[in-house]
Amino acid sequence: MAVYQTAAPGVARSGAARFEANAATRDPTWVKIAILTISLGFFALFLLMPLIAVFVEAFRRGWATYIAALTEPDAVSAIRLTVLIAAIAVPLNLVFGVAAAWAITKFDFRGKQFLITLIDLPFSVSPVISGLIYVLVFGAQGWFGPFLVEHGIRIIFAVPGIVLATIFVTFPFVARELIPLMQAQGRDEEEAALVMGASGWQMFRKITLPNIKWALLYGVILCNARAMGEFGAVSVVSGHIRGQTNTMPLHVEILYNEYQFAAAFAVASLLAMLALVTLVVKTYVEWRSARASGAEPPASVATGAEPSGQGATP
Amino acid sequence: MSIEVHGIRKTFGRFVALDAISLEFPTGELIALLGPSGCGKTTLLRIIAGLEFADVGRVLFDGEDAAQRDVRERQVGFVFQHYALFRHMSVFENVAFGLRVKPRKQRPPESFIKRRVYELLDLVQLGWLAHRYPAQLSGGQRQRIALARALAVEPRVLLLDEPFGSLDAKVRKELRQWLRRLHDELHITSIFVTHDQDEAIEVADRVVLMNKGRVEQTGPTQDVYEHPATAFAYSFLGAVNRFPGRVDGGSLRVGDATVPLAECPGVGGGEEVIAFARPHELDIVVNGDAGEGVPASVRRIFISGAVARVELTGDPPSGEAAEPRRFEVEITRERLGQLNLQPGQAVRLTSSRLRVFPVDRQS
Amino acid sequence: MAQVRAHRVLPGFGLSMGYTVAYLSLVVLIPLSAVFIRSASLSPDALWAAVTSPRVMASYRLSFGASLLAAAINTVFGFLLAWSLVRYRFPAKRIVDALVDLPFALPTAVAGIALTALYARNGWLGQYLENLGSKLAAALVYLYPGGAWLGPYLEPLSIKVAFTPLGVLVALVFIGLPFVVRTVQPVLDDLDTELEETAASLGARRWQTMRRVVLPTLIPALLTGFALAFARAVGEYGSVIFIAGNLPMVSEITPLIIITKLEQYDYVGATAVAAVMLVVSFVLLFTINGLQSWTDRRVAKVG
Repeated sequence: MAVYQTAAPGVARSGAARFEANAATRDPTWVKIAILTISLGFFALFLLMPLIAVFVEAFRRGWATYIAALTEPDAVSAIRLTVLIAAIAVPLNLVFGVAAAWAITKFDFRGKQFLITLIDLPFSVSPVISGLIYVLVFGAQGWFGPFLVEHGIRIIFAVPGIVLATIFVTFPFVARELIPLMQAQGRDEEEAALVMGASGWQMFRKITLPNIKWALLYGVILCNARAMGEFGAVSVVSGHIRGQTNTMPLHVEILYNEYQFAAAFAVASLLAMLALVTLVVKTYVEWRSARASGAEPPASVATGAEPSGQGATP
Repeated sequence: MSIEVHGIRKTFGRFVALDAISLEFPTGELIALLGPSGCGKTTLLRIIAGLEFADVGRVLFDGEDAAQRDVRERQVGFVFQHYALFRHMSVFENVAFGLRVKPRKQRPPESFIKRRVYELLDLVQLGWLAHRYPAQLSGGQRQRIALARALAVEPRVLLLDEPFGSLDAKVRKELRQWLRRLHDELHITSIFVTHDQDEAIEVADRVVLMNKGRVEQTGPTQDVYEHPATAFAYSFLGAVNRFPGRVDGGSLRVGDATVPLAECPGVGGGEEVIAFARPHELDIVVNGDAGEGVPASVRRIFISGAVARVELTGDPPSGEAAEPRRFEVEITRERLGQLNLQPGQAVRLTSSRLRVFPVDRQS
Repeated sequence: MAQVRAHRVLPGFGLSMGYTVAYLSLVVLIPLSAVFIRSASLSPDALWAAVTSPRVMASYRLSFGASLLAAAINTVFGFLLAWSLVRYRFPAKRIVDALVDLPFALPTAVAGIALTALYARNGWLGQYLENLGSKLAAALVYLYPGGAWLGPYLEPLSIKVAFTPLGVLVALVFIGLPFVVRTVQPVLDDLDTELEETAASLGARRWQTMRRVVLPTLIPALLTGFALAFARAVGEYGSVIFIAGNLPMVSEITPLIIITKLEQYDYVGATAVAAVMLVVSFVLLFTINGLQSWTDRRVAKVG
């Protein structure tokens, strides 16, 4: 399942002007106004209002309450745990994403399509099930339960379980960003580097990495946002122990259920901010890659003074 | 450096890309691997470079088996069909790449790299583009930068995959002549892949003509063009007229007509054959004897320069549903004047230079 | 195989492939298999009873029904939004375009409490919907005093969103929207203007062109978007539970059933329901893969 390819170059950037300027593709003004009203109304109702609500509710009781909600010990420990979880899960999935994308895009082998489907698997599994599976493996009644209890190792209702569930949920993101891009870039540049005597590591560092860095950055940011924000899977394995196994989203839930709405929204606003930063990075990355792929030789270069430059092939 | 390949076989799944290929590429020559797309020529080039591996067979560089040599150690210069310029590096950095990635002990100092890169850029006449990025170059410029980059590591052999394939006609023609001159200056053993016979004829010292994973013919370019060894070679290297028929004594029988054969075809009488003649090897006879020459009617006449080209249609080959055969004849304007042809006129085609091949060998 | 591997030119196949498969197996495949292995330990009758009890059946109806409806709503509005983003110029378009991905980046718990804040009885929107009838009646009288007699009929009109199945629907619409927009948008963007120009030159009216040329081209993408939104909605948990009210038989979604069973230490029951959901997910996954390649073929430029 290809979740929409967020870093696809040039999408929606090439300008609506070319459609509006063309008699065959231009809609009548009243149609345009009607469609814009409906679609933007829908957008405002379902996307914009919830976002605004988070921040308005967070500051309803003023700055002092806001700051207090974020500096209260349980909140601080939830923030600390969330950062720790992301700091473990994201690098692991980063390495995986690069390795998987490398194997899939630079080599031909049987069952490639099947492997891609497997990588997408966590996208289509309910987060609740993503938590459940680790309970079944490591829980008290799970496969390794007796062994773990015997050796005093806690995985479920403890940090390792949260890390595992988070890794599962955020597993495909980096690979998913890289695969379409690396597929489009092909193998020629790497082969050219090898022919010129570059070692494998030199080839990767000097050719592959610079070509994928923006998509990689976005994949990591997205992976991080989801790792910090995961709720369902983490909720199953965490045990909701305050100050110990409570991540930020779980902390939001607890505060909300205790009717501490302002505090709940204060913590939620941090997560919303993270989401906004993610979207800004995404927009920037798209803009970068659209610019990189759309860069045509300027006319002065293409029709340069010397003879062979005249027939610039676009 | 000389290159030899012996008994190369390469398959992709069930598809046989190369079969029993044995060739020699003498030192200092410029050789074209020529053939239609899918004939295996690019695969052969990549095997020589070490970018692909043969299932069976050996590649020898100066008599030494290259199998143990990794692509990185083969010291080949490779120009990719779509150039494979590093898009995130300037032209200068692209050309310098091969020098910068040398092991620390062999890596030349920065001053040397700079001098060498500008030497190469001057060689391809693009020194003024050093700080541009590949996306800012025209196709022809990219092509030459790719060549400069390949030359930077002082390759022992230069391999070019469809070097002019993605350029438009005018630039292609200029670059061909330029590549030929460059080769005459550098004298590096060079092999290039092309599907364009004009390109091969114009640029190469020798041609290796390939089809369906096999070598059809090799030899000096002019020889191959003038003496095609197989039906495929004949029809691939230029325009042809085809006459399917039977050998009957010293002549070819096409339907009810006969055409005398100059050379003995080496096939038994009565055998089904196909005969070829280039447009300039046919002659038009206006009032020939019945049965002498293949009947056809004039369709269209057009004159370009000193030659006139006549398009004709023949009778459909037995069976009325079949398409009528088309012929093309090139004659001098003088001859055209003598013949005084009119569209629709019935004539006969004869040739003293028919080349005959048995039917089962044609492709 | 060994020979093939030895004959790859680019380095790192063994390493990257080995790591990929090992990591995939450890993190995803082995734990997932636990669901099926555990379910298989149940006798068929017990398994059947566990996954078809009335409360569970009610949750399927809600989860699948609301997901289908939400995906359908998203297909319509997502298409209009994608059309607006590709075809029209309007202010703040960049921001709208970027924010379409919000449900993808915003933690589901945050979305859940935000939607609840909007649609609860005393919430920003909830208070108007709750008293929709009287508000409408008042507006009617203000605009057209003669319509006052309609008031008593309008008065009882009241829509409760939060803590009802409608709340589930709202949450599922929220999280599914980007899937439709982002599958339709690139296809729309790649659509050759020549198609519509040709249609126009052949005398088609704008509406005919839309119906006979543009929409048929988009059908695979719309279906893919629909399926993606549906797949995501069926498994959704975080954004739903805050707004749903979670009344058994009424507004309890299937993922919540799993959690409830887990909290009651009914591991086997939870696993059995999870197995049902996983099977549905896999079917959806392969359907979507098929749709995706259909889209790719349909969109591939001719010549």
